[in-house]
Amino acid sequence: MAKTLFEKVWDAHAVRQLPNGQTQLLIGTHLIHEVTSPQAFGMLRDLGLKVRYPNRTFATVDHIVPTLSQVEPFSDPMAQSMISELRKNCAEHGIRFFDIASGGQGIVHMVGPEQGITQPGTTIACGDSHTATHGAFGAIAFGIGTSQVRDVLATQTLAMSKLKVRRINVDGHLRPGVYAKDVILHIIRLLGVNGGLGYAYEYGGSVFDRFSCEERMTVCNMSIEGGARCGYVNPDETTFTYLKNRPFAPKGADWDAAVMRWRDFASDPGCAYDDVVNIKAEDIRPTVTWGITPGQAIFIDEKMPVLSSLTGGDRGTAEEAYKYMKLQEGAPIKGMKIDVAFIGSCTNARLGDLQEVARYVKGRKIKPGIRAMVVPGSQIVAAQCEKQGLDKIFLEAGFEWRSAGCSMCLAMNPDRLQGGELCASSSNRNFKGRQGSPTGRTVLMSPVMVAAAAMTGEISDAREVFGIN
Amino acid sequence: MALAKITQVIGRAVVIPGDDIDTDRIIPARFLKCITFDGLGEFAFYDERKNVDGTDKPHPLNEPEHAGASIMIGGFNFGCGSSREHAPQSLHRAGFKAVIAGSFAEIFFGNSTTIGLPCVCAGKEDLEEITNWAQDNPDKEVSVDLQNMTVSCGGKVYKVSMPESAREGLLTGRWDAIADLLEGAAAVESTVGRLPYVR
Repeated sequence: MAKTLFEKVWDAHAVRQLPNGQTQLLIGTHLIHEVTSPQAFGMLRDLGLKVRYPNRTFATVDHIVPTLSQVEPFSDPMAQSMISELRKNCAEHGIRFFDIASGGQGIVHMVGPEQGITQPGTTIACGDSHTATHGAFGAIAFGIGTSQVRDVLATQTLAMSKLKVRRINVDGHLRPGVYAKDVILHIIRLLGVNGGLGYAYEYGGSVFDRFSCEERMTVCNMSIEGGARCGYVNPDETTFTYLKNRPFAPKGADWDAAVMRWRDFASDPGCAYDDVVNIKAEDIRPTVTWGITPGQAIFIDEKMPVLSSLTGGDRGTAEEAYKYMKLQEGAPIKGMKIDVAFIGSCTNARLGDLQEVARYVKGRKIKPGIRAMVVPGSQIVAAQCEKQGLDKIFLEAGFEWRSAGCSMCLAMNPDRLQGGELCASSSNRNFKGRQGSPTGRTVLMSPVMVAAAAMTGEISDAREVFGIN
Repeated sequence: MALAKITQVIGRAVVIPGDDIDTDRIIPARFLKCITFDGLGEFAFYDERKNVDGTDKPHPLNEPEHAGASIMIGGFNFGCGSSREHAPQSLHRAGFKAVIAGSFAEIFFGNSTTIGLPCVCAGKEDLEEITNWAQDNPDKEVSVDLQNMTVSCGGKVYKVSMPESAREGLLTGRWDAIADLLEGAAAVESTVGRLPYVR
């Protein structure tokens, strides 16, 4: 019988049925970081348990790392104690830690793919909701809570209920100046922030066939913003080319065998989906959020919705959004003054993102008075950029060039908004207070759109600013 | 590990109005700088409750009539966003024993039931009635009955829902999966043996 990748991976990892009817699911790869793991190790100690398969957990540090200087001790003693705790836990349990001195540190969802730890047909879990990023490689990857981090450490399994699968096709050709970020913001806008409840999203169609692994990661990353706990793209030659020769990828004859297995995990032609959504690539324009949920988004040349056009909960959330964002219903968002431009996060801080931005900002200057920063997602991306001279292009344009970390995506480190600043951001969440100030405001968009906003000092159409056509 | 069976929660309720209440709102990221969950209760909805200078904002959780409430009533898509277990931990440690909402984000739901905090969904119109009644009657009790899957208040009984596996876990005192997962160790071993990338 024809099956989806989700079903094949599920079946291959199902250990047994639990008394409550859920499935005990093997988690082949576990990724941990400093924020959601210390309590889990504490629970293990309280229960007198050990890490069952320490070679299947990989650690890095990302949320609390200062990006101005990674030199320790950090100025924030709590941040220092969190990294120290992770170091201690990894040493005690024999867990591989991509520490700051390793050259491989970075946002956990970048480290997995870079190292070749993220592989097709595998199950991955991490105490972070953006774990779906790894689905770009045909893995089934779940964001989990801390008690579940404990479960994976102690048993390498989770108690899970099977998800339905929604296929989302994006066919045709994206217009110039339209990026993977616009695709996912558009999908969330169409299907809603809770449209994915109970589903895994399978992304496909000719746009995804042509996308690089990095672009696929951008889309899968924000699946949770659409309510879907995981999202994935079927593995193909693009996937295998990306993974080949990565440190943890199989080598030699093992590589050939692995590729054969990986190919088999892809959804079968004619498999049944619980739902199918078709989107025309040509319909998507550069997209920005205007509110306090990622679903409150419009094309850059549209006007924000008038409240009377909305009903029920949407209207209530919109009223709250306009009040918080200090924006006017029915007005265009283009032209809104910004204070900060942030290019970074697990959504958009990979080499391809930064190359694309550098291409347009080269020889230009940001608007005086704007605080603009580029934060590479990993030390490896940082080194690649520096080798290619991208850092100099950013610095000459007036951006700050920082070290790897989550930075201002969630502001658990010194990078944060002040007061009611408005930030054009390539990150994934525009929730109230998300970027560190309880009154700070976030407008989500693609990295090139952030760069355009940095140049003009206001929310802008990158196609006009940079002459993209 | 013997856990209490959770069959019913009775208590006064507080309404957190609005849909899409995200976990950043339930507990802002700066309070995640910790290595235990102790003390998170006081930070629940902190930026919604407090001005930057630390003084109180008008918020249901600041009203004296809601002190000691143990049931939270939300809207739709409650707990969306980050997977931080700190969110349900902070609610639980602030004294909440059950949450009623229109719908819950999946990770928040799982994190909550795993720590013994039941989350039940009411239909749109029922939720509106329950919400209105609770706002008008802060001094009266609401009952969440997991055996019959009902919420009772103001002399009325409303049907609510919850995935059967979670309900079963709460009713039988097996809401934390760790004991069951540990029992499967031998079966895990054999599954590991079948997967080249794991073994």
